[in-house]
Amino acid sequence: MIKIAIIGFGTVGQGVAELLVSKKKEIEKKVGEFKVVAIADLTGSISGEFSLEEVIEFRKRTGRLPNNRNAIEIAENEDYDVMIEVTTTRLDESGIAYMKTALNKGANVITSNKSIAVDFNGLMKLAEKKNAKLMYEATVGGVMPIIRLLNSYLALCDILGVRGILNGTCNYILTRMEEEKLPYNQILSEAQEMGIAEANPKADVEGIDAGIKLVILANTIGIPAKFEDIEITGINNITPQAFSVAMAKGYTIRLIAEASKRSLKVSPRLVPLNSPLAIKGTMNAAMIKTDTAGDIFVAGRGAGKFETATAILSDLYELFRTR
Amino acid sequence: MSELFTLIVELEDKPGQLLKVLEPIARNGGNIVGIFHQRGKKTPLNRIPVEISFRAESKKAEKIIEELQKEVLVRRFGKLRTAVISLLLIGHVIHTDLSDTIKRVDNSDAECVELNVTMPELNEPSTAMITITAKSEEALERALERVKEICQEKKIMVIEPINDEI
Ligand SMILES: NC(=O)c1ccc[n+]([C@@H]2O[C@H](COP(=O)([O-])OP(=O)(O)OC[C@H]3O[C@@H](n4cnc5c(N)ncnc54)[C@H](OP(=O)(O)O)[C@@H]3O)[C@@H](O)[C@H]2O)c1
Repeated sequence: MIKIAIIGFGTVGQGVAELLVSKKKEIEKKVGEFKVVAIADLTGSISGEFSLEEVIEFRKRTGRLPNNRNAIEIAENEDYDVMIEVTTTRLDESGIAYMKTALNKGANVITSNKSIAVDFNGLMKLAEKKNAKLMYEATVGGVMPIIRLLNSYLALCDILGVRGILNGTCNYILTRMEEEKLPYNQILSEAQEMGIAEANPKADVEGIDAGIKLVILANTIGIPAKFEDIEITGINNITPQAFSVAMAKGYTIRLIAEASKRSLKVSPRLVPLNSPLAIKGTMNAAMIKTDTAGDIFVAGRGAGKFETATAILSDLYELFRTR
Repeated sequence: MSELFTLIVELEDKPGQLLKVLEPIARNGGNIVGIFHQRGKKTPLNRIPVEISFRAESKKAEKIIEELQKEVLVRRFGKLRTAVISLLLIGHVIHTDLSDTIKRVDNSDAECVELNVTMPELNEPSTAMITITAKSEEALERALERVKEICQEKKIMVIEPINDEI
């Protein structure tokens, strides 16, 4: 029986729980029996015997979890095989405290929390020492299967570099500017109205979110980068005229995150209109350069409740697959 | 990465000769950039020199030349400017003296060969696309560094292309 603790019960946490309920049969066929033994976030917690369905419903109805034991207590004292850590991304040590607690106990961790960028190496070393695994497919590019591709399928390749579109909000704004030649601010408010951009869009449009993801990608391909090492330029100064001029020469503009031994940067770039990286809308994408396999391209949805939850379930499968 | 090559072939003065040259270039993925007949410079054997420039990857260019040598007389072949880059500049490109920017980029190893500017609305930033060619990748790299420095000083944003190298 796989015992699961869920820390963080917002969009992604609830998405995971809902899939664990609705796909229980299929999941158990592939990984064996499982049980969610505890859930905690800032509103409260639940542990022991409970119905997952009822807790999801309770959290939706009341906006909180029923009990008062806090998340740290749950992380330290409950008995679980894997922690699904889906709390808010924070760029300090507090963001990874639950993960460290779990790893120290020898439990595996699956996370969508980009805070791992703060101490990627430390977390990986701790996991290794404790003979546990830290899985983080959902942190970069949502459900786009890039981490597994790099760590597993291309494990025996030399990765010469990666270029990616890692922020769906920016890509949406740039796509609309490309198509409509409207000013940045107008498209941004449109995106906010549609819920594609947040009320405070700073982290997205200034390239910070893509930068954090690039740290995770860089470390994944063996470049020990820290956030301060990334040269970051956002999209807020791009004009509709820039698109007209670029397109006359066969280019569009995209926010590209790039990691190689020579370069660690997030910046708007000219992308040939016929390049797969000229991808449209909120999609995420990446081009991986390898020594023996040439270029490999992946794309997928970078965010969304069930998309992100799918990436987490994929990590669960990878950890516990029975054959 | 595709590079610019130039070659001079000597063609007999009868129909269909040029095609013999253009066909292998196109078939091997080369892109013809220019054709220049030197009709006034006929050779003693009554052949017409034709200068052709095309863009292709190095390896393919070698193959093209190999094939051409079987068909026609190739008099000269070489790389033109080896490296090319197009950059987009956004900001007060004109108010900060565009011709000064370009003068400072140009030197004996690299030069701006093409320029597209959109006229800004009053006080709005404008956009320029500049194309720089250089004698070598290294010279181009240095020219790019100069552009970035100048633009930082003039508070102009430089948007670089994604090229084959990362
Ligand atoms: N949404 C996506 O599509 C997506 C995609 C990829 C990655 N991610 C990442 O996944 C994580 C979760 O995203 P989300 O969209 O689910 O966010 P969310 O809806 O804001 O949910 C965050 C959850 O974490 C809880 N939480 C925050 N700080 C906590 C703490 N210190 N201790 C315990 N619980 C805490 C919150 O509790 P309260 O509700 O009480 O504040 C909430 O339940 C984030 O790190 C995000 O960057 C999200």
